[in-house]
Amino acid sequence: MLRIDDLSVHYGGIHALQGISFEVPEGKIVTLIGANGAGKSTTLKSVVGLVKPSGGSISLDGERVSGLATRDIVRRGVVLAPEGRRIFPDLSTEENLELGAFMRDDKVGVAADKKRMYALFPRLEERRKQKAGTLSGGEQQMLAVARALMSRPKLLMMDEPSLGLAPLIVKMIFDIVKAINAEGTTILLVEQNAKAALEIADFGYVLETGRITMSGPGRELLADDGVRRAYLGESL
Amino acid sequence: MELSTFFQQLTNALSLGSLYALIAIGYTMVYGILRLINFAHGDVFMLGAYFAFYAATSLAMPWWVAFIVAIGLTAIFGMGLERVAYRPLRDSPKISVMISAIGASFLIENVGIVVFGGRPKSFPSIPLFDTVLHLGPVSVLSVSLFIPVITAAILVALLWIVNGTKTGLAMRAVSTDLDAARLMAIDVNRTISLTFGIGSLLAGLGGIMWTMKYPQLNPLMGVMPGLKCFIAAVIGGIGNIPGAVLGGFLLGVLEIMIVAFLPELTGYRDAFAFVLLIVVLLVKPSGLLGKHQAVKV
Repeated sequence: MLRIDDLSVHYGGIHALQGISFEVPEGKIVTLIGANGAGKSTTLKSVVGLVKPSGGSISLDGERVSGLATRDIVRRGVVLAPEGRRIFPDLSTEENLELGAFMRDDKVGVAADKKRMYALFPRLEERRKQKAGTLSGGEQQMLAVARALMSRPKLLMMDEPSLGLAPLIVKMIFDIVKAINAEGTTILLVEQNAKAALEIADFGYVLETGRITMSGPGRELLADDGVRRAYLGESL
Repeated sequence: MELSTFFQQLTNALSLGSLYALIAIGYTMVYGILRLINFAHGDVFMLGAYFAFYAATSLAMPWWVAFIVAIGLTAIFGMGLERVAYRPLRDSPKISVMISAIGASFLIENVGIVVFGGRPKSFPSIPLFDTVLHLGPVSVLSVSLFIPVITAAILVALLWIVNGTKTGLAMRAVSTDLDAARLMAIDVNRTISLTFGIGSLLAGLGGIMWTMKYPQLNPLMGVMPGLKCFIAAVIGGIGNIPGAVLGGFLLGVLEIMIVAFLPELTGYRDAFAFVLLIVVLLVKPSGLLGKHQAVKV
């Protein structure tokens, strides 16, 4: 579904991504793991056109999308739940969800999807009219995911959904990611919490300072000594 | 001071305050969405008045056609200004955009002097607006009664657009987080352009109403009202539309009342706006209706 070929990104003089290539097959959960500054967020931002690549190509279902405006990429069914959630703090929970469906014109479908999100995240329904900035961190992350789903994406990309959340909430978010995937949405997950990510991923890539250094099925990477030493904090 | 004098001054104050409010809304909307003080806003206001003047005189249009054409042209000019002077600097430091705004302001004023001439022009009389009405002991120019009504209607319409429509939702999203708004598939450029269009439209309308009240045009006529309305927007809490209206009223009322009750200070009337600004900034830096911005460290 998503194909990244030799993607390069420069920030001024910094070569943030140095020609990475990977694929996200339809219906799968793929994860990119790596340390701070490895280029994980940059990769996701390039896919949605928030960062302009300096080389390589990004294609979606065989169609090149690198160079398109963010709006046009999102309209093709790629959505990003960004790092730090980036919900709209001054708008209500409900308005945040409506913004997620901004590009859709079918009012009936949007209303139905709102109901679906409230069923998926009952906490959000309790806080419908509340300003999103007053929600707890976990609730804000739920809102970010729900908002992303409101556009009915084909590919949902999530940037560090577990950041700063209690383990119980992290588990809940990851369970929901699995459930969303089971309903047919392809997922590209970026995480520092390598263990949680690899456990649910079909396939994983390890990113180190702008290069992919390792790849394989989630379970296999989880068992790999190098990965365990570097990212799971285990001394072997 | 007799009661009739007080009411006389109050009507003056209300109409001046509504004019300030109209122009202050433009400052506040643009600031709200771009965090930019559009220093050329006062000059856009001036252009509105001149567009109406030329449409009504040189092109001999009936006044109401001239007004609509002028307001439309002003809106288009404002959108063009954003396109040329601000959009290319979207990702530059805020200071660059501000300098560009100041430059645009001087440019418009000086091109105005060249094109329109430095000598003041007088707007032809329109009976509907410059009839003197006698309401008991109070006599008012009819335009002074129209202005508050127009401002009130516009405030209601704007609040509906911003809080009750999809376009308004997009505006509020863009104003909090540009990139997050892009991720919602919002056309950020179009939303910003529209905001400039609305703000400039109001400046154009304000410029026309201003010349109905004070029927003299000159290319620098926007400088003082521009500054004062910027102050009005800051006093009300910049970024907040009802705040801009409140600030505009406050400024208008205070200015007229001080001149009326302390006539020996008339020469300082323009200074009051700045004194008020300093006082408000000292007491409530975010403005009267502005919300406190928590700074996360």
